Amino acid sequence: MLGWELPPYNSGGLGVACLGLARSLANQGVAVTFVLPQKQKFNIDFLNLVFADIKFSDKLESSYTPSILFEELNLKNPISDFVSAALLFGKRVGEIAGKYNPDIIHAHDWLTYPAAIAAKKVTAKPLVSHVHSTEFDRTGGHFPNPEVFEIERKGLEYSDRVISVSNFTKNILIGNYGIKPDKINVVHNGCEQIEKSEFPPALTALKELGYKIVLYLGRITLQKGPEYFIRAAKKVTDYNPKTLFVVAGSGDMQEKMIAEASYLGIMDKVMFTGFLRGDEKNKIYQAADVYVMPSVSEPFGITPLEAIANGTPVLVSKQSGVSEVLSNVLKTDFWDIDDMADKILAVLKYKSLTSDLRKESGKELPKINWDEAARKTIDIYKQLLF
Amino acid sequence: MPSICLYFQLHQPLRIKKYKVFDVGYDHNYFNDASETRLNNKKVLEKVVKKSYLPTNEVLLNLLKKYPKFKISYSFSGILLSQLKEDFPEVLNSFKKLIKTGRVEVLSETYHHTLAFFYSLPEFERQVKLHSQLVSKLLGVTPKVFRNTELAYNNALAIWAEKKGYKAILAEGWHTFLGWKSPNFLYRPFGTKKIKLLLKNYKLSDDIAFRFSENTWKEWPLTADKFARWVDALNGNAEVVNLFMDYETFGEHQWADKGIFEFLKDLPRQLLKHPDNDFVTPSEAAERYHIKDVLDVPHIVTWADTERDLSAWTGNEIQRSAIDFIYALETQVLKSQDDSIIEDWRRLQTSDHFYYMCTKWFADGDVHKYFNPYESPYDAFISYMNVANDLKLRINSQRSKTK
Repeated sequence: MLGWELPPYNSGGLGVACLGLARSLANQGVAVTFVLPQKQKFNIDFLNLVFADIKFSDKLESSYTPSILFEELNLKNPISDFVSAALLFGKRVGEIAGKYNPDIIHAHDWLTYPAAIAAKKVTAKPLVSHVHSTEFDRTGGHFPNPEVFEIERKGLEYSDRVISVSNFTKNILIGNYGIKPDKINVVHNGCEQIEKSEFPPALTALKELGYKIVLYLGRITLQKGPEYFIRAAKKVTDYNPKTLFVVAGSGDMQEKMIAEASYLGIMDKVMFTGFLRGDEKNKIYQAADVYVMPSVSEPFGITPLEAIANGTPVLVSKQSGVSEVLSNVLKTDFWDIDDMADKILAVLKYKSLTSDLRKESGKELPKINWDEAARKTIDIYKQLLF
Repeated sequence: MPSICLYFQLHQPLRIKKYKVFDVGYDHNYFNDASETRLNNKKVLEKVVKKSYLPTNEVLLNLLKKYPKFKISYSFSGILLSQLKEDFPEVLNSFKKLIKTGRVEVLSETYHHTLAFFYSLPEFERQVKLHSQLVSKLLGVTPKVFRNTELAYNNALAIWAEKKGYKAILAEGWHTFLGWKSPNFLYRPFGTKKIKLLLKNYKLSDDIAFRFSENTWKEWPLTADKFARWVDALNGNAEVVNLFMDYETFGEHQWADKGIFEFLKDLPRQLLKHPDNDFVTPSEAAERYHIKDVLDVPHIVTWADTERDLSAWTGNEIQRSAIDFIYALETQVLKSQDDSIIEDWRRLQTSDHFYYMCTKWFADGDVHKYFNPYESPYDAFISYMNVANDLKLRINSQRSKTK
């Protein structure tokens, strides 16, 4: 299995998903050798971890860093550095792949595709590429990086089978990458049993004043639809002025988000918390009256599951994979600001709606697990091997 | 002996269009969706009329002509009759033709197809009266047998119906209160002296209404001959076999190409093959047959889902909060004396609105999803509450006008 990151050294959901799937595969009897580009210290005993020992320069910044930082780093095109890193990883994996003699090569997202192609060439074993997100999602369909796009397309072409994390993503692979539908299997992500404890409530002073809290939590990037959240916020506060919009996360559209809020005259209704982790994150979920994920293009989306685990009602965009696996959440088109605002206002107003959403979505959570995803993945392995 | 009692339910609700909070105070037309979705009431009714009502009426009229012993009964919601009168008068005429044969009984229910009995008795009585007036005006008959919305029934309802002079009342023949008793006899509701209770034989009714096209069912395909032999087998141990179902069973729930009309066409002939079988209407059944026992039904029983209770309409909090909201407006609505406010308020009581908010999809999922024109129960609730708030606003502004 070829990956780019694993928790706790992860910048997003990719590492979490890889670990969840790999653990359940291991539990179901698959011997997983997991290859990462960089040597780091992990406390993982169920995987055979292998490091390609690449020394990345400190300047290889996460693409999630706000754009202003990129300018300071004086990189003309930071993503290109990822491309070279991916190619370097590919070269190194080509050198070591033969040693491990795998039955199946399973590669997660484009950063590992050069490595996947190299490994396939060396070992002549079937390749499964696993698509957690595409360049189309990350750019909202506007000006995808041609180098990344080409690596993705090549990797998918070389693959014997493609796993996509949702039907939503499958359709992108068919429509934008020209992959044949019968080569793609949808395996919805699972979700770890989320550790959840009751915290002393956050933002109590505001809540005591009668304010309702609407939460955005995630990277502030084009893909996540932050501007739609702000526009819906405007509509909501027009009807219910005692509403606060909390934005937890960081990203290259943060300035734009602030500008939009200030242009709409609702800066006093929007709070930015910065990036939150662990207990802080759970605390903010628990403080929220509704969690909104207005993503423009979300292959899966784990945050709604975290919100549900914390007992918070959820509104997700229909342009997301997670909306395929959840029934008891509110759903909207990301661009339909009126509908989004209408639904936010309803959940803030009607206690019965909050209560039923919380109760019924909570019942769905245990059904979304990695064991089920691993079972489907093993079926795919078997089809390729026998 | 068994006499076969066929009763068909006819109802199409006025579904609420997608109505946002931003429409409150501006748009007072709640039921005029003109989209291609299943919220477009006229479009839905047009489809049902074409696929079900008209072809079924034709089959039944021919059967009534051909078999002098053949009889049926209908219960129409007022909501449906008024829609037919408005948009499909030819369908209303076709029902009139059937009724003219003298072998079609029409039953009593609430005009707006509501659960008002369990929320407001005076309002319930007003709706039953409105229904009788409409049936008498449009169809020229006076109902003598009562059946409540969704077949919702308990002792109290039977006591009420007896007081109002009804000869009989209908209910689901559910085992929780029947125990070892058979639904194929008449009973006396607990606490009454005269009125008789007819119980739906849900096994035989649902064989037609739900299972007819189900090719995984071991009895599939169901022929009229096979079905009639099941009824014959009850001989000696049954007096009335009550087959109660939605009229849309024919052509809409069970499709023409699956053979439902051939089944219906052949059914009277097959049933009448046995010399002891015949057909009755509910009134005739009550006249002809004696009661076998007293039946105690303290809790509400309906014909829905595996629970056979009201949980499909009032099982979760959004449903309960919506239904409580609408009935809490009663005094103010009636005080307004504004016909359009009163009528809209009653239309918002139609049981279907609450059914669309049902969240128990995982056990009984298929039926609920099939009948739900909204994307989710939560969407149904949100549009409903927005509309209900608009109605409340109208009452208030009307009140300040009269002041």
